[in-house]
Amino acid sequence: MYKLTLIIRYLLKRRITHFAILAVALCVFIVVVVMTIMTGLVEDFKQKNHRFVGDCVVGTDSLVGFPYYEEFMGILKGTNFVEAVSPAVKSYGLLSVRGDNVRRGVEILGIDPVLHARTTDFAQTLHYRAGQPDKAFLPIYDPNALGCVLGIDLALMRSAQGSYVYDDTPMEVAITLTCFPLTAKGAPAKVGAGLVETQHFYYSDHAHTGIAHVDGSCVYIPLEQAQKLCMAGTLQRVNAMHIKLCPDVGLNLGRAKVAALWQEFKRTKADTQDGYLLDAVLVQDWKEYRRAYIAPMEKEQVLLSLMFILVGITTVFIVFVVFYMIVSHKRKDIGVLKSVGTSNISIVALFSGFAFVIGCLGSGVGALAAWLFLSRINWVEGQLFEKFGFQLWDRSIYAIGDIPNHVEFHVLATIVGCAIVSCLIGALFPAYSAARLRPVETLHAGPV
Amino acid sequence: MDRSHVILKVAGVRKSYRMGATRVEVLRGVEMTVREGEFVAIVGASGSGKSTLLHILGGLDRPDKGVVQFDGRDLNRIGARELNRYRNELVGFVFQFYHLLDELNVLENIVLPAMVSRSVVGWLLTRRAAKRRAMEMLEQLGLKERVRHKPYQLSGGERQRTAIGRALMNQPRLLLADEPTGNLDSVTGNGILAVFEQLNRAGQTIVMVTHDERIADRAQRVIVLEDGKIRV
Repeated sequence: MYKLTLIIRYLLKRRITHFAILAVALCVFIVVVVMTIMTGLVEDFKQKNHRFVGDCVVGTDSLVGFPYYEEFMGILKGTNFVEAVSPAVKSYGLLSVRGDNVRRGVEILGIDPVLHARTTDFAQTLHYRAGQPDKAFLPIYDPNALGCVLGIDLALMRSAQGSYVYDDTPMEVAITLTCFPLTAKGAPAKVGAGLVETQHFYYSDHAHTGIAHVDGSCVYIPLEQAQKLCMAGTLQRVNAMHIKLCPDVGLNLGRAKVAALWQEFKRTKADTQDGYLLDAVLVQDWKEYRRAYIAPMEKEQVLLSLMFILVGITTVFIVFVVFYMIVSHKRKDIGVLKSVGTSNISIVALFSGFAFVIGCLGSGVGALAAWLFLSRINWVEGQLFEKFGFQLWDRSIYAIGDIPNHVEFHVLATIVGCAIVSCLIGALFPAYSAARLRPVETLHAGPV
Repeated sequence: MDRSHVILKVAGVRKSYRMGATRVEVLRGVEMTVREGEFVAIVGASGSGKSTLLHILGGLDRPDKGVVQFDGRDLNRIGARELNRYRNELVGFVFQFYHLLDELNVLENIVLPAMVSRSVVGWLLTRRAAKRRAMEMLEQLGLKERVRHKPYQLSGGERQRTAIGRALMNQPRLLLADEPTGNLDSVTGNGILAVFEQLNRAGQTIVMVTHDERIADRAQRVIVLEDGKIRV
């Protein structure tokens, strides 16, 4: 009981403990805020990528593509673990607006909009034809014209606040896409002045995936148009098949089943025309397929975690210094306590308990402050932008809506737990030193 | 109480300290006994080893050689746990510089040994009785009006009386006092000695260390410590 009494008194009377609490609170605050935002951004980015590609992809990086996709789609549709599958042609081309000489490089994505909407959230990314993928390539102003869907950043400008200015209907804009069709051998299909294939489209809608490089460079066109523009040969080819697994099928299991089917299918096509193209095809889940984009963010997250380990070490050091000072100042008290029969273990328990209370209070204050700050972070950022023009992320550059501020309870609990453990570690050596003090050394001195 | 009973027996106690490269022998074979109910004063010049001897008697330090027996039990042979119990229940310490805990008030300082000896549950069950005893002592020591005061709000005499109250809280069989009046003026010091005399009349065994022979004369028996040995 005396330990609790002394802990409370030390806590109330010694200003240095208030600084220790503040230091712990600041560390917890920083870690919770940055972890929440960073984790939120990474999770948001992952989910956007997941929604963009579906669960699994059977595809190749080669622009040549691979044939017999319709046959394999038929096999997949016959299984009980695939809900939907859609073929896609992926290539690169040049885009120009009629009346403008500027040509810019774009990523061409040839899709069957209805099938693609079943495997991805394509339908939800549309603006004018939202939820109507069958009409995605039918311009509202002329449903008979051949339409295309542009990535939103190709179609619209973004304000500094991050908002787009939409028109009630899409502007009537004619677009020309130029591409270099490749044969199954990977050679240009044409020679001379007619090397390129050109096709005119009308801007029918734009897609907003929230993935900056997709929204800024992707042009969706009908699958058959893409095949005509980008590929030449007797057999129709695609670059990828996007797959949506049944809800009760796990990602790893589903991918493994698709991979097994693909291996079998590939074997049956080994001796067919252009069958060698199937060798370059991989079966990947969405994380593997989008690895090039997700991995850098995950690496950043790992680096951030390492930085937070340094923050944790700093906390340990701060608590160590504070407790070393407290123990130095409390040598006389330790001697008195020992002279009235306090054991060494009780001295360790006294200072460890003190550290525990500092850890609990500091991390509690830090966690509460972080939670309050995060709950208002978007408002705060809005006010800063409105009054001072400051923005954490320039919305005209980054594909970020609101700053992620959802605090995960398990993350919060882990950070608070780590802070308390850090305090205990920091106090361990000073507490042990205090316990080892010989009372005669501390009591022999004068009153000061 | 059996006044012929030897409560404390010291035989051949030696103690030395290392000071830099040299070793200083402070106690060189001390022999002494204290009977129950006695008021013994140990006198000696500064550096004669009085405080060292008192610390050894109180279990705060261990001798290099020799035997210290309390009630027939050798303090050198008991474990840490028993030694803590010895300091808590069987002896009480009064220091020259009081050594009160600044964060606690007078009452809390006095009940501290009782709190140390009990678990949280044990304390909750017995705290009323402990506080009642502390209040009785505060009344006897003339500190009834100072119960809630902090040590820095007390005079030197009041602080020393608080320290005496703390030393007596667990009703120890032996009270050890290290220069209890050394930091007080003569009037206040006399008051403290009067308290000791009163306690001794009530049966309390007291061993007091002092360098002042006039103060030592207030004790029933005076032991002179000279060059680390008892002068016969």
